Formats: sequence, structure tokens, C-alpha cells
Amino acid sequence: MEKVFSRPSCLKNKPFRYCPGCSHGVLHRILAETIDVLAIRDRTIGIAPVGCAVFAYDYLDLDMVEVPHGRPPAIATGMKRSRPDSIVFSYQGDGDLAAIGTAEIVHAAARGENITVIFVNNGNYGMTGGQMAPTTLPGQKTTTTPAGRDIRDAGNPIKVSEMLATLDGPCYIERVSVDSPKNVLAAKRAVQKAFKNQISGLGFSLVEVLSMCPTDWGMTPGQSIEWVRTRMMKYYPLGVYKDTVSPSPV
Amino acid sequence: MAITTTKTVAVTGNQAVAEAFRQLNPDVMPAYPITPSTGIMESFTKFVSDGKVDTETILVESEHSAMSACIGAAAAGGRVATATSSQGMALMWEMLHIASGYRLPILMALVNRALSAPLNIHGDHSDGMGMRDCSWIQLFCENAQEAYDNTIMAYRIAEHKDVRLPIAVNMDGFIISHSIESMQYITDEDVKKFVGEYLAIDPLLDIENPKSIGALVLPDYYMEHKRAQHQAMLNVKKVVQDVSAEFAKMTGRKYELFETYRLEDAEVAIVALNSAAGTIKDEIDRYREKGVKAGLLKPRMFRPFPHEEVGGALKNAKAICVMDRADSYGSYGPLFMEIASALAPFRGPVLFNKIYGLGGRDLMPLDVDQVIDETAEVAKTGKVKMLKEYITVRS
Ligand SMILES: Cc1ncc(C[n+]2csc(CCOP(=O)(O)OP(=O)(O)O)c2C)c(N)n1
Ligand code: SF4
Repeated sequence: MEKVFSRPSCLKNKPFRYCPGCSHGVLHRILAETIDVLAIRDRTIGIAPVGCAVFAYDYLDLDMVEVPHGRPPAIATGMKRSRPDSIVFSYQGDGDLAAIGTAEIVHAAARGENITVIFVNNGNYGMTGGQMAPTTLPGQKTTTTPAGRDIRDAGNPIKVSEMLATLDGPCYIERVSVDSPKNVLAAKRAVQKAFKNQISGLGFSLVEVLSMCPTDWGMTPGQSIEWVRTRMMKYYPLGVYKDTVSPSPV
Repeated sequence: MAITTTKTVAVTGNQAVAEAFRQLNPDVMPAYPITPSTGIMESFTKFVSDGKVDTETILVESEHSAMSACIGAAAAGGRVATATSSQGMALMWEMLHIASGYRLPILMALVNRALSAPLNIHGDHSDGMGMRDCSWIQLFCENAQEAYDNTIMAYRIAEHKDVRLPIAVNMDGFIISHSIESMQYITDEDVKKFVGEYLAIDPLLDIENPKSIGALVLPDYYMEHKRAQHQAMLNVKKVVQDVSAEFAKMTGRKYELFETYRLEDAEVAIVALNSAAGTIKDEIDRYREKGVKAGLLKPRMFRPFPHEEVGGALKNAKAICVMDRADSYGSYGPLFMEIASALAPFRGPVLFNKIYGLGGRDLMPLDVDQVIDETAEVAKTGKVKMLKEYITVRS
């Protein structure tokens, strides 16, 4: 019998320890498939964040560096500048990228660093137990906003893709989701494009992924998918926010 | 004052500190979550949502901003608290010096956790020791009760007119922060009476007396500022003693600058901070039964360090093992260096240093026994095999 589906070569044969319904596993697979398809495994370095994906190095069979909270874009910059022939990606949550690491991401984007960023927007700090993140929706309950996020004192959510798209540095920014097979395929296309841009030396690419965190949202995986569709996508519309490579949507 | 009414509860260290924060009702609490201190922030934001405190909480984007917001709030005249651990404290480090240099009595609950790298979330004292030169008052706590009590006493110490310095209350991550213990809460009314109203000295917007904080000071005056800070630190000891005496009258719980356990006639002495002291006390009891004169000194106030008193308490021991849950790489453990300074004027005891428990590695009773055995041997022979050694570690 012909084998038509197999594990990507740079994904280890190891069960994910993420919660049921969590998007990190899907994204790891997308990353691994992309690296396989583009045949760049021998020169790819991944940066794992502090966050639930801290163990990304346990699953991805690549050279990986686990770096302190928020610092991936700055560390990626150093790596890429010292080894321009390498392919460097950072994989960051919304606490990592949009809270503690805001300065790093804005400036890496503004400099147009030739790196690829996967930004996992699940609307809270998953690893530390579901506290409010800058991306938490208005009114959304978290462990530090038990009565719902009140924008009068907890501020408004940050739309990272829209914000970074105002800069001249980035070459490609798209927001995707992994809530359906169709959207998973679209997310895969976006991730591939973000890596291809780097291979071609075109500059900074970021893919924001609306992601599920059933555990900290206090929902079932099914309810989480509904939440992404009915709530998150309204506030964070999917689409291409910047593309200097092929200006029409991919 | 009569002994206050108290309530016995079974809570974690984090819950105990959060309860103390609730009773202290600070004006502002900026915080960013980090394991193992997150529980304090979570419980506290629940108090805010339930209307149990008047505190303005600020869910900032990093610890650097948390400490910056603490400084802004305190300079504006507010009573301020925050909680953090490890990398969070490390990220605050620049601002820790600003807080003390501005002489702002900010309260920090520091739930001790190892510093990266390698990444680790468990308890050791590398974060607390990393802030020992920041001119913060540092109190260390063995258990949830001590963490609660020291937190209740903190503002009284930090805000004292002879002090005006920030204060950090330390407890061991997970071992204390996440374990449930039986302890006693003081009533809200008594805490309120004990802590008193906050009188900010020199706050901003005193229109008759406009002022700048944090102005540039060049070589002509910088040293005078630092000398004043040093003096404030010297004043802390008496304030801690006075506040603790008043606290003892209210609660019956007595706190000194450090605790001694069967140390008076001890020939074999151990020095250790925080939760390990509990295990060590148990083992000391067992050795006493066997006729070994063993004792413990557990510092409570690490900054300022009470060298004179500690030296006095230890000078008659024959051998002392100082156990550090942190290292000053390339030198000795930070606690060892303090004890060596404290004993400098005395010719008596032989000192040596063990590094234990980094990254949360357990210190088991049998490990303590080995340390006591070795210290007893040194007391007998006067000979130390290795001045500084890592224990419970793979070779
Ligand atoms: C300086 C510092 N502050 C705080 C933390 C604690 N911390 C670890 S992960 C995390 C948030 C993770 O959230 P996010 O980046 O959204 O990733 P997720 O877990 O949701 O995937 C925090 C606050 C830390 N490790 N370092
Ligand atoms: S807590 Fe949330 S982000 Fe973390 S593994 Fe579970 S579902 Fe995923």
C-alpha cells in the first residue's frame, strides 16, 4: 500500500503535551511541514519563547534556542546578522510578543530584519494560568480580570498585525486562523510565504495566528473554535495587512 | 495592648501574602504575572473585583514597567505594593535602584525562584541575592506565617521617617508559596490600627514647595546622597526591632533580626535562610538527643545585615557551616560572605560553605545529617576539607 501521509521529518515522534484543542500542536506541524517542503532544515534555527510553547524544542527536530520572555526578535536579529545564510524564525505568544517584548518586535520590524515570526494570539497568558494579555478582548474574563476586561483601566487590545503594518520595515504581515481545515491550509500557505521571503532575502515577515486556549478560556475545544469565529475574528479580522512582495492577497 | 484576636486558617504562602496585601489595602498595585508569585496577583485582583480593597491595580506589560509604575505611584504619594519572582525581579533591576535612590517605601513580595539560564521555575535565592546591593530592605521568611507577619510589618519599617526605603519580603517558591500550612491571620481591624494611615513625606504637587525628584547629581554631591542612603540603612535595625516588639505585643509572635535555635551552647552551628531552616531544626533535635551540641542561626533581616549581633551569637561555636541556596560564582555563597564578615572580629569558629538546593533541588533530612556530621567533625579536628562545596549534586 502506498503511504500518503506521514509525520514531517523535523517533527519528533513524540506526543504533544499541550492541552486538548490547543493550537500550538497544529502550528508546530505547519512549521515542520513548511521546513520540509522548503528543504531548509539543515540551516534553520528556531527560537522558542517563554510561554506554553517553551517546549517547542522537545517537538521540533531542529536547532532551537529557548530564550527569556519577550526577547526572541532581538536574539533572532543577532543570530541572523551573525549567520546570514541561516533561516531564523521566532515563535511567540501574545504575552511574549505583545506585552513584555513589544519593544523588540516593533524595532525588529522597523529595521526590516530578514527573519520570520510566528505570532500565536490566544488572547491570554496561557502558561502562567490565563491572565489578561494585551490581546484579551474587551469584557473577556481572565484570572486577572475576573469581572471581564474593563478597557477603562485595563486598556484596549493591541492589534499587532495592523500596528506593525504601519511601519515601513516589514515586507509581509498576515493574520490567519486554525479554526477549520480550510483556514489551516491558508495558515500553512502564509507560513510558507513568510519563510520564502526570508530565503529570498526580502526582509521581515510575520504571521499572526488566532489560536485556541480551551483550558484557560474555561471552554471545550468546540466552544473555543466558536469563540475564535464569533468573537476574535470580529476584533481581529483575518487577512493580509502588508505585502510588498505580491501586493494582491495570497 | 492586649493580644489581638486571630483566626487559624489553612492556606498557601501566596494566599497568606495576598491576604496581607488585602488588609494593607495599598493605593496602587502594578504587577506582571510570573510563576511562582502569580497566585498573589490573582488572589489580589479577585479582591479588587469583589470590591474588598480600594486599590488601583495596573496590569502592566512587563516587570520593568511594574516597578516603574510603583515608583511613579509612590513618588505621587501613594502606598504601593507588587509581587514578582526570578526573571521578573531581574527585569526590574534597573528600577530597583531608582526606587531606593528616590527613597520610596515600596513593598515587594519576592517569591524566590532560580534565575535563567538554564530555565527553571523552582525555588532558590538567586533572585533575592541579585538584589542585595540595590539598597532595599530584605526580610526572609521560613513559612507562610512569617511571610504574612513580615508583610504586615513591612510598611511600618519602610515608611519610618528614619528609613524611607523600599522593602522586599522573601519566601521560597513552591515550597512555601504553593504548600498549604496552618497559620494565623490577624483581624482587619488590628492590622489597620497597627499599620496606620500613610503620611507621604515630600510627595509631588505640594504646591507651596515645588520639587524635582531624580535630578542629575554629579561628583560634587553624588556621594552625599549615597551616604544618606547608607545612613538610612543603618537606621533600619532599630526600626525593625521596635516594630517587631510592637507586633509581638499585638500577636504574641516574637521576631528578632535573626532566629536562633538551640544555639546558646552549640559547638556545631548551621546558618541557613528560609524554608530549609524547618528541616534543619528537626535534624538538630535528633542530634541533640544523640548528645551532639548542634544549633541553627536563621537570618530574618538580610539587608541591612546585622553583622555585630550575628557575630555575637555565633562566636562561641567551634565550627559553622553556612548553607547558601545561591552562589556568587567565583567567590563564596552570599550568606557565607556575610557570616565571614560578621565573624571577622572573632578568632573562634572554623567556617565553611555548602551550596545546596539550586533550582529547587530538595534538601532532605539525610542531606542535613551529612552537613551536621561534617560540621561536628570539623569542630573536633579544626580541619576543613573543602571551604566551598556543592552538595546533593552529581559528580
Ligand atoms: C521576565 C518574565 N516575566 C514573567 C514571566 C512569566 N511568564 C512565563 S510565560 C508568560 C506568559 C505567556 O503567555 P503567552 O506569551 O501569551 O504564551 P502562551 O503561554 O499563551 O502560549 C509569563 C508572563 C517570565 N518567564 N519572565
Ligand atoms: S494553557 Fe492554553 S496555550 Fe497552554 S497548552 Fe493549554 S490550551 Fe494551549
